[in-house]
Amino acid sequence: MLTPPPNTNQPVLRLEGVSLGYGDFTVLREISLEVLPGQVVAMMGGSGSGKTTLLRAATGQLIARHGTVTLFGQNLAQADRPTLQSLRQRMGVLFQQGALFTDLNVFENVAFPLREHLNLSATQLTARVLEKLSAVGLRAAAHLKVSEISGGMARRVALARAVVLEPELVLYDEPFAGLDPISLGITARLIRSLSDRLGCASVVITHDITESFAIADHVYLVGQGELKAQGTPATLGASLDPYVQQFLHGHADGPVAFDYPVTSAFEAWLARTGTPP
Amino acid sequence: MSPLNFLTPLGKGVRLRLTGLGLFTRFFFMLLQRSSIVLKRPRLVSQQVHFIGNFSLLIIIVSGLFVGFVLGLQGYYTLNRYGSEEALGLLVALSLTRELGPVITALLFAGRAGTSLTAEIGLMKAGEQLAAMEVMAVDPIRRVFVPRFWGGVIAMPVLAAVFSMVGIIGGWVVGVLLIGIDTGAFWSQMQNGVDIYKDILNGVIKSIIFGIAVTLIALYEGWQARATPEGVARATTRTVVTGSLAVLGLDFLLTALMFSN
Repeated sequence: MLTPPPNTNQPVLRLEGVSLGYGDFTVLREISLEVLPGQVVAMMGGSGSGKTTLLRAATGQLIARHGTVTLFGQNLAQADRPTLQSLRQRMGVLFQQGALFTDLNVFENVAFPLREHLNLSATQLTARVLEKLSAVGLRAAAHLKVSEISGGMARRVALARAVVLEPELVLYDEPFAGLDPISLGITARLIRSLSDRLGCASVVITHDITESFAIADHVYLVGQGELKAQGTPATLGASLDPYVQQFLHGHADGPVAFDYPVTSAFEAWLARTGTPP
Repeated sequence: MSPLNFLTPLGKGVRLRLTGLGLFTRFFFMLLQRSSIVLKRPRLVSQQVHFIGNFSLLIIIVSGLFVGFVLGLQGYYTLNRYGSEEALGLLVALSLTRELGPVITALLFAGRAGTSLTAEIGLMKAGEQLAAMEVMAVDPIRRVFVPRFWGGVIAMPVLAAVFSMVGIIGGWVVGVLLIGIDTGAFWSQMQNGVDIYKDILNGVIKSIIFGIAVTLIALYEGWQARATPEGVARATTRTVVTGSLAVLGLDFLLTALMFSN
């Protein structure tokens, strides 16, 4: 695998003028952002604002319509399958629901990437997996089945699995969704400490303001199909932009309308039901 | 009414079917192309043979026994009219090795192992497990589908052999122990009449082809399943329906090819 020497100035992930979408529908337009090594970047936005789409673009699951996505200095649109595979080995992804393999136990889930990509001896493998499991506080849960652990624990196991190959970039898709306050605090601190300890860059996709502002170095706010604002948590908190204000304070009124916009498809449906508009 | 109103949906239906067939064929070649993992990590396949084969064993043995009982009884009633009850062993053995063994095993296999493969893959898809594998730089086709495919292809002829063997024992129990046909005649007629190539080998070939067809359909349906509870339920049903029809259709085709003069 060709690993360029670590260059602190070179961004791990860079998006330049990127537009993304599915079929006829464009979700995001003209997105430009940068993630530097060791940084924790929060990608914020309301539900359906295209945050997960952005993550899919970063992993190469979705190819940008316009603009370039550069991962570890490689343009993803030009990467062939083997290149993409080797790039993916250098990053970890935490899925929204954890996406643990239900036919394997906790230990085997974390061991999975090691077994697939490295040729470790049984003792080395066990040591490494248990080390990652203790980093998330679940060393003693190694023998449990996935069906026997709680949602919060599953998220932590998935976190251990995402970092077991010691990646240079970790992407977190909604790591705080559906967690109780204690698990939420633990997860946030874990993300920061893993980032500091491994020196990896982290991209946290979330709409949880308190936790992400506490751990992030840089925040991007997406909404209405575009990048609305960016900056450090402090500058964003002080911003007077009405969209930022509405998002941070959760006002019902503001640039984001409460009502879902009326479309021609809705009007056609309404006409079929015989209801006057 | 314009003839276009009939032609458009017809054309759409045909096009969709053809696309599906193309995807299915591509899926088959994709599995074959990425099969090198079978040699590199045989444990993955042996786990699947265990999972698919071992868990289907009980239903196969019980069904085989009852089919053997029925063959013994019905065969006796018919042969008795012509006074040739001794040929019962031959009749039971030929029916099982040529037809019933491979066919009934494949039908049971579609219901037992096929549905569980489809549901497993469909739920893995719904739980983002396949996507997670992909972003971990692990090819899900290679890691998940290929071992299951070969597991099914290997398990199927073994299960069919077990079915035929248990069926013959069932026929023997009814014919010899209960009805009282001469046991020497029962076995010697079978030994003389059953040909290793024409009957047994052809039966084995049939069961391998059925194994390929049923496992492939089960995996394909799981792969194409919509990642919702309803989608997985529909895919599971389609596995049984398509799998069973494929087995019966292929059986006719293979019988015509193998046993014609």
